[in-house]
Amino acid sequence: MVELLDSDRHLAKVDVAGVRRNINILLLEDEGVVPGDWVLIHVGFAMAKIDEAEAQEALETLRQMGQAYADEVRAVLGSQIA
Amino acid sequence: MRFVDEYRDPAAARALVANITELAGDGHYKFMEICGGHTHTIYRHGIEHLLPTSVELVHGPGCPVCVIPMGRIDDAIAVARTPGVIFTSFGDMMRVPGSSGSLLGAKAQGADVRIVYSPLDALRVAADNPDRQVVFFAVGFETTAPSTAATVLRARQDQVTNFTIFSNHVIIVPPLRAILDSPDLRLDGFIGPGHVSTVVGQRPYRFVAEEYAKPFVTAGFEPLDILQAIAMLMTQIKEGRCCVENQYARCVTEDGNQRAVAILDEVFELRPQFEWRGLGFIPNSALRLRAEFAQWDAERRFEVPGVRVEDPKACQCGEVLRGVLKPWECKVFGTACTPETPIGTCMVSAEGACAAYYNFGRLHREVAVSMGGAR
Repeated sequence: MVELLDSDRHLAKVDVAGVRRNINILLLEDEGVVPGDWVLIHVGFAMAKIDEAEAQEALETLRQMGQAYADEVRAVLGSQIA
Repeated sequence: MRFVDEYRDPAAARALVANITELAGDGHYKFMEICGGHTHTIYRHGIEHLLPTSVELVHGPGCPVCVIPMGRIDDAIAVARTPGVIFTSFGDMMRVPGSSGSLLGAKAQGADVRIVYSPLDALRVAADNPDRQVVFFAVGFETTAPSTAATVLRARQDQVTNFTIFSNHVIIVPPLRAILDSPDLRLDGFIGPGHVSTVVGQRPYRFVAEEYAKPFVTAGFEPLDILQAIAMLMTQIKEGRCCVENQYARCVTEDGNQRAVAILDEVFELRPQFEWRGLGFIPNSALRLRAEFAQWDAERRFEVPGVRVEDPKACQCGEVLRGVLKPWECKVFGTACTPETPIGTCMVSAEGACAAYYNFGRLHREVAVSMGGAR
C-alpha cells in the first residue's frame, strides 16, 4: 500500500506489479492499514494484511503462471476505481 | 526469491512425501480439496503423482464459476439483452455456456456486455452512464461476496439508482454438508479453502469434525502447503484425532475477517434454495440482497426468466464437482469439450478441475504412466 487517498471512501493507492491503482480498504478498516503494508487484493478490495514474505511468494507464483499472470495484471490495470 | 524457495524446496517436499507415505502405510485414504486454487496447484505441480498410491485427492465444488447452473447463465443473458441495459461481468464468466450460448455470444449479437475487474468498476460504469441501467453479474464464495456487499453500500451512499446486482453468491458450508451426506463418496478428510477462510475463519468448519468425524486442514496455495496439509490430515487419522487445523496461519485466523462478515450480513440474506451444478438444489446455500436493498437487486428490477435447465447429457461436470469422477474419466473430456470450446463449466475457468487437468495435469500423468507409475 502506497498512500491513503480518501478515508471516507476507504480508497488507497497501491503498487501492483510496478503500476499504481486505487483499491478499497473498507474490509480492513478494523485492522488499520498504513503505507508500507502488504495486502492481499481481490476484485479491487484489500482482503487481508500479509507479511512481505507471503506477498513475494504469491507474486512469484503468479509470475510462473505466465499467461494467467499477464491476464491478471491486465485486468487490474483496466480497473478505474475512484 | 528466498521466500518462494522455502515453499518449493524439493528436499522438504521429499521429506513430507516420505512422512505421508509412512503414515498411510497399507491403508487407502481419500481427501477432497474444496478450493479451485488448490485444484490448480495440484495439477500444475503434479502433486497427485508425488503422493503414494495410498493417498488419493479428489476435487470438490470450490470453483465459483463451475458451480453456477445453466439456468442462471440463461437468466443473465436475458437481463443482458434487455434494452437499455449495460451488463457487467468478471471475464471468466463470459464463455460459460448457457442452454443457448454464452454472454460472449450475446455480446457478439449486440448486447452491451462489458468485462470488469471489480464490482466498483461496474458502479463506475453506472455513474458514467446515468441514462442506462447497469447490472453486475455477482458470482463467488465468501471471498468475493463482501466486495459486492461493500459496493452495494457504496451505491446507497452515493445514491446511484441505475445500478443493480444479479447475485449468484454462494457459501461454502452447505455444499460441504451436501457432499458429506452424499452416499456415493467415501472421504477421509478435507483440505480446507485458503481465501474463503481469510473471510470466514476456521469456526464454520467445526461441524465437519464434530458431526461427521472427518479431519479438516485449511491450506495455502504452494505445493508444500498442500503436502503439509495432507501430512497433517494423515497425522490426525493416525493419532485417532479429528479436528479443524490451520496450515495457512500466515493468512487465515480463527475468527476470519469480522468486518467482512458483518458487511455480508448487513447486505445479504440466505436464499431458501439455490441450484448448484452437479449438486442440485441446496437449501440456504446462496445469498440474495435483503429487502432494504431491493432497489439494487436486478432480480426485482428486471424480468428474470428463472428457468431451470438440465445440464447437457454428454457433460459430466456434476460428477467431477462431487469428486465422483476424475476429469479424464468424463466421456467428452479433451475431445468435444476443451478450453476453447467448453461444454461444461469445469473446462471454462482456470480453477476448474477439467481446465487445470487439461492444461497441466495430463502431462504429469503421461510422464507418470511412461515411468510405470500410472494411477
